[in-house]
Amino acid sequence: MTLSRREFVKWMAASSGAAAVAGCAGMGGAAAGRVVVIGGGYGGATASRYIKLWASDIDVTVVERNDAFVSCPISNLVLGGNTQIGNITMGYDGLRNRGVNIMRDDAVAVDAAARQVRLASGKTLPYDRLIVSPGIDFMYDSIPGLKSADAQNRVLHAWKAGPQTVALRKQLEAMPDGGVFVFQFPMAPYRCPPGPYERVCQVADYFKRAKPRSKIIVLDANPDIVSKKGLFLAAWNGMYKGMIDYRPNSELRDVDVQGMTVKLAFDSVKGDVLNVVPPHGAGSVARQAGLITANQRWCGVDWLTMESVAVKGIHVLGDATLSAPAMPKSASMTNQHAKVCAAAVIALIKGRPVNPQPMMMNTCYSFVDGKNSMHVASVHAYDAAQKTMVAVKGAGGVSTAASELEGTYAWGWARNIWGEALG
Amino acid sequence: MRPILVRAGCAAALLAAGYAAAPAWAQDAARSLAATCTACHGTDGRSVGGVPPSLAGRDKGELLQTMKDFKTGKRPATVMHQHAKGYSDEQLELIANYFAGVTPGAAAAAPAARVNN
Repeated sequence: MTLSRREFVKWMAASSGAAAVAGCAGMGGAAAGRVVVIGGGYGGATASRYIKLWASDIDVTVVERNDAFVSCPISNLVLGGNTQIGNITMGYDGLRNRGVNIMRDDAVAVDAAARQVRLASGKTLPYDRLIVSPGIDFMYDSIPGLKSADAQNRVLHAWKAGPQTVALRKQLEAMPDGGVFVFQFPMAPYRCPPGPYERVCQVADYFKRAKPRSKIIVLDANPDIVSKKGLFLAAWNGMYKGMIDYRPNSELRDVDVQGMTVKLAFDSVKGDVLNVVPPHGAGSVARQAGLITANQRWCGVDWLTMESVAVKGIHVLGDATLSAPAMPKSASMTNQHAKVCAAAVIALIKGRPVNPQPMMMNTCYSFVDGKNSMHVASVHAYDAAQKTMVAVKGAGGVSTAASELEGTYAWGWARNIWGEALG
Repeated sequence: MRPILVRAGCAAALLAAGYAAAPAWAQDAARSLAATCTACHGTDGRSVGGVPPSLAGRDKGELLQTMKDFKTGKRPATVMHQHAKGYSDEQLELIANYFAGVTPGAAAAAPAARVNN
């Protein structure tokens, strides 16, 4: 028989009448298996940690090319001079101590038929279940002036936290007072919907403090502010009045690195520091593994398990996924993907039923200066009829205003979500 | 494997049983529901630094009433009223029940990066 969701929840909520359910205990019992995880970011690290927490007998190996984790959330504060890169950089020893194998290597090929991952070092890793959490890669092919490594090192994206974050901060520090910072970013969907607007606030906060005659030109490919519009406008028209020139519908055509100019369809915008976030899609290993199913960019998944709709036995997490309706590409959302995936992978390996009603929750904070923050929140429930996650009506929303209290919560959020991934 | 398929005889017995006797798959689902909260409140409700507050080992009735008060708006909040409205009362009860059953303990903070590598 089928146990409906309603009956399931009703029974789950019951708290008395405990009785031995002899004969029902053996609803599974398959041997533990091997899980390989590609990518040790918010998705891969959290999934690996939760598999170990919930099923310590499963062997988990994470393949990660970097020796440390650098958080994208909070990284805009490095640009604003409101924190340092060391405060958002953490190690993998917590996962190692939990029995997760951390391999510093690069996954270069997936053989789904043989259930093997081939690494840059030449090693191969066999798996029963593969989790691919590759983050994003930028589509530089569409930007002629940014094809060379040299050009990419001069006009930074700083949309993956790490060396680029530090380098962009140095460019801002070197810029003379009275200079112009030009920031261009792509059409949605992109990583971190409120992130660009937070970045504008952080750079404005720094300029206001250190070089008050400077200006910011915001070249947004979108027709309007994508996230927390009223809250960001309150900051731009309030504490940063006169500093920010916001130009919507500013889709990128090219970049002239020598001339320090961003080229749009009908305009060219010159600056002293250029920051261009190119359009992006799932990280390259997802493409190699045949996981891309939408717009040649994103990986469609079964939201009950996070398993790829294209390749069986491979699960995809985070920004690389084709987002469900109203679902942001965020660290918070990825944390939730990872836990749904961990539970499903364990269930599938052990022959237990998969949770038919996954829930996910999102909370993203944005700092308007060094202390005051504001959030956007949403709750997402699986809809069996539509076979996707849908935003729960009546839930979610944004802050009434940025506040120091929410700044405190934002740092608390960061410390806890880092612990979820690496603790 | 999904939706949840169980043999008829087992299902009746399971429905008559309480949470404590729940088989692994049912406990898994309650745990996953509670895990939606932990991005902010810390793994198993043990909060790193205590902000937002730890949920581990709190009284079930207090946790449930607090969440219900967020849901109705009786208790003011920055964000919790927006989250609580996304869950049914039955789901809130499962969440409260889960965290009440966790032993309070040290929170799992992310470690510093290794030096020189």
